Amino acid sequence: MRCSEQTRILISKATGVVVLLTGFMLAVRLCFGAQVDSSQSPNIFKPESTPADSIFHLSLLVLAITGLIFLVVFSLIVYSIVKYRRREGGDHREPPQVYGSNQVELAWTVIPVLIVLVLFLATARVIHSVQDAPEPPASMRVTAIGHQFWWEFRYPRLGIVTANELHVPVSDPSRPTPTFLTLLSADTDHSFWVPRLAGKTDLIPNRINDTWIDPRQTGIYLGQCAQYCGLEHAKMLLRVYVDSQEQFDKWVQHQKTTAASDRSVEEGRRVFESTGCINCHTVRGTVASGRFGPDLTHLMSRDTIASGIAPNTPDNLRKWIEDPDSLKEGSLMPAMKLNDGDLDALVAYLGTLR
Amino acid sequence: MASDSIAINSPDVSTRPVSERLHDWVVTVDHKKLGILYIVYALGFLVIGGIEATLMRIQLMVPNNHFVSPEVFNRLFTMHGTTMIFFVAMPILFGFGTYLIPLMIGTRDMAFPRLNALSFWLTAFGGFLLYFSVIGGNGLYGAGNAPDVGWFAYAPLTSRPFSLGHSTDFWTLGLLVSGIGSIGTAVNFITTILCMRCPGMTLGKMPLLAWLNLVMAGMVILAVSPLTAAQIMLCVDRYLGGHFFDTQAGGSAVLWMHFFWIFGHPEVYVLIIPAFAFASEIIPVFSRKPIFGYPVMVAATICIGFVSLSVWAHHMFTVGMSSYANSFFTITTMAVGVPTGIKIFNWIGTMWGGKIQFKAPMLFCIGFLFQFLIAGLTGIMLAASPFDWQLGNSYFVVAHFHYVIVGGILFTLFAAFYYWFPKMSGRMYSETLAKWHFWLFLIGFHLTFDFMHIPGLLGMPRRIYTYEPGRGWEIWNLIVTVGVLFQIAGVLAFVGNLLWSLAKGEVAGNDPWDAWTLEWSTTSPPPEYNFARIPVVESRRPLWDVKHPEDPDWKYE
Repeated sequence: MRCSEQTRILISKATGVVVLLTGFMLAVRLCFGAQVDSSQSPNIFKPESTPADSIFHLSLLVLAITGLIFLVVFSLIVYSIVKYRRREGGDHREPPQVYGSNQVELAWTVIPVLIVLVLFLATARVIHSVQDAPEPPASMRVTAIGHQFWWEFRYPRLGIVTANELHVPVSDPSRPTPTFLTLLSADTDHSFWVPRLAGKTDLIPNRINDTWIDPRQTGIYLGQCAQYCGLEHAKMLLRVYVDSQEQFDKWVQHQKTTAASDRSVEEGRRVFESTGCINCHTVRGTVASGRFGPDLTHLMSRDTIASGIAPNTPDNLRKWIEDPDSLKEGSLMPAMKLNDGDLDALVAYLGTLR
Repeated sequence: MASDSIAINSPDVSTRPVSERLHDWVVTVDHKKLGILYIVYALGFLVIGGIEATLMRIQLMVPNNHFVSPEVFNRLFTMHGTTMIFFVAMPILFGFGTYLIPLMIGTRDMAFPRLNALSFWLTAFGGFLLYFSVIGGNGLYGAGNAPDVGWFAYAPLTSRPFSLGHSTDFWTLGLLVSGIGSIGTAVNFITTILCMRCPGMTLGKMPLLAWLNLVMAGMVILAVSPLTAAQIMLCVDRYLGGHFFDTQAGGSAVLWMHFFWIFGHPEVYVLIIPAFAFASEIIPVFSRKPIFGYPVMVAATICIGFVSLSVWAHHMFTVGMSSYANSFFTITTMAVGVPTGIKIFNWIGTMWGGKIQFKAPMLFCIGFLFQFLIAGLTGIMLAASPFDWQLGNSYFVVAHFHYVIVGGILFTLFAAFYYWFPKMSGRMYSETLAKWHFWLFLIGFHLTFDFMHIPGLLGMPRRIYTYEPGRGWEIWNLIVTVGVLFQIAGVLAFVGNLLWSLAKGEVAGNDPWDAWTLEWSTTSPPPEYNFARIPVVESRRPLWDVKHPEDPDWKYE
């Protein structure tokens, strides 16, 4: 009688656990199903460049080993709490008092030491292969400078300066053309992180860091600043455009030219050059040569403004100039308090900076 | 044995006015009262830190949310981190140590009772200074503000050009003052444990809780001192024209990172080792077996103490150290996993062959075992430095260290609360409410922190007050926030349980758990002098020897 009672309780408990687990699995499935357009997601498990790929393979090994350890230890814990629970109606004597065992201790010391050694050797290999990779002669050089709260990209060998949207050529694995980045900071710490291309590396004032990428697929890769750098750290987004070699060459040719000069927006240019914009911004070929804000020579060749937070449309541009805080509270660009006429003229002028 | 008390008619305190009784608490040098002061103080800050976390989770529930402004969000995560580490975790663990160590080693108070009081009040003043920034941060005219530089306050954000006003100064001074309090407590722990043990209690017969707190205290002295030094250097930078961390004048941002993390990583072990101590006392009692492999547990702890002093730069894998430095800190960090693993195996060994009673303290310890296992394994992932280049400073790391601090430390703290509550208050808690607390908190914990790993893997960095839609982060952030509701419900059950039990709980008696260490041989709550006669012990489990004279421990140790 008593036994069947216990069995019933056990069965009901087991059913409860099964229902719970099923619900949990369903929820997880739903969540994964709900994910739209995974191509935009900066998923570290979808590498498209050698450093990210090496890390991905290392992570698979680490996950396999830690997963195995988890299964073994988890089972041991579950087994011991189920098997050695105090049973109803059992006697009240204390269990045998065991103080330890040197053999067992030795076993669970030596095995983890061996596991750690294996993990370390695998890791050291990847550290070396990513950090100490030689720079092939065909590589590109870009200097990335972190600012509060945007990215400056300078191509010293090409004489190009741009912001927030890094263009690099695709790298054919058989004839690699990787891009090596020198990382500097103009103010506080930042971190360059485009998960599908490489792990993050910090940009630290008074320090020269570097990293490299060799993307194998053309496309846009998203990332963002990964080191707290002040008020608008959250809106310091980063886009890497991986172009085919032809596209990239075309882009370079275009970026090398000085700013377009269009008679029809003379008024806007006057506003730009007389209201303080030129203190911070450069437009090559004009008097504007400020270095504090992004280079605007080819502003219209960029898809986004304000470090990737809004599409580069005349409306957004107007909103941004009128009051930068409305898009990005705490941005270091001041609101210039322009009247509507000047604002329209200025937006029209910027619209010609293709 | 020591269970009889001295026959002195104590004055009837209940008739004295409240002001006089409060005065007693303020001027007390009794380790038990100070321990409770620490704990109550930390619980107050736990609620504040919890509210800060809840506000952040509401903000992050959906993308591009406008629940709080970026300024407020940055202050929230700075205050949440600083509060939880310095004014919740450390004081609450010091509180339990202060309360329990003299009782467990059979003495009447700490070695330096007045230093003990000074340490507590310094810590308390540090917390006050930190929160005074909310009204004092910007000088008298502004509305005031809290620090917003993050809890590790990387240079040069703390330098004057980037941090105007006084909020960073309140942060610096708060930690400086409470750090001196922590060093005082550590000195007191070490002296008490080394010099005040009762007759017969050699180091090898000391309860594990005392051993682990001894190691912890040693680490506090080694770890908190550099932090205190760094805070002084930061003050010099800000007010006396120094340039240690002032990058605009040639200072080094990386120097601050080294100073902070040579404190910050041992600090993690400063917090987790007392948590290990609770587990090492509670699991044996509820498994009805002595701790498995006592000498190995002691050795593993000392090993963790030493190795953890050489792992700090694993917080800095992305700052551009050489491949040799990265390899070194990878191997040392992975090596810590070995003694930690040994501890987990020994706790399983303790349960193995026992008769496990699933009372609330044991439930929380089992939760701790599972969660600490996972936290340790994600720690191994982060130790592999290339993997850390992806995971570092992402939500994966946030999930990992909350797994350690909430899943590990807070769970054992709850276990410790339920286990020693009868001793401290003289009354039993409600087991039903405690089970509600356990299950609600467990569900909430896993909803929040299991799912928090995923946005990290999908490239979501920490410390962002909002995020863009369409990156696959939304659903996970929503689940994480939902989990908070369960955690709040669990904590409400806990607080309700404490208050109800203080007033109406059953009288506990001296030894409600049929336990084996000395604190259970005296009354609940213990008299001011702890023991009428100083006990004499012969083994690690003196009360076992008393209860089982036919089969005493000292024959086998």
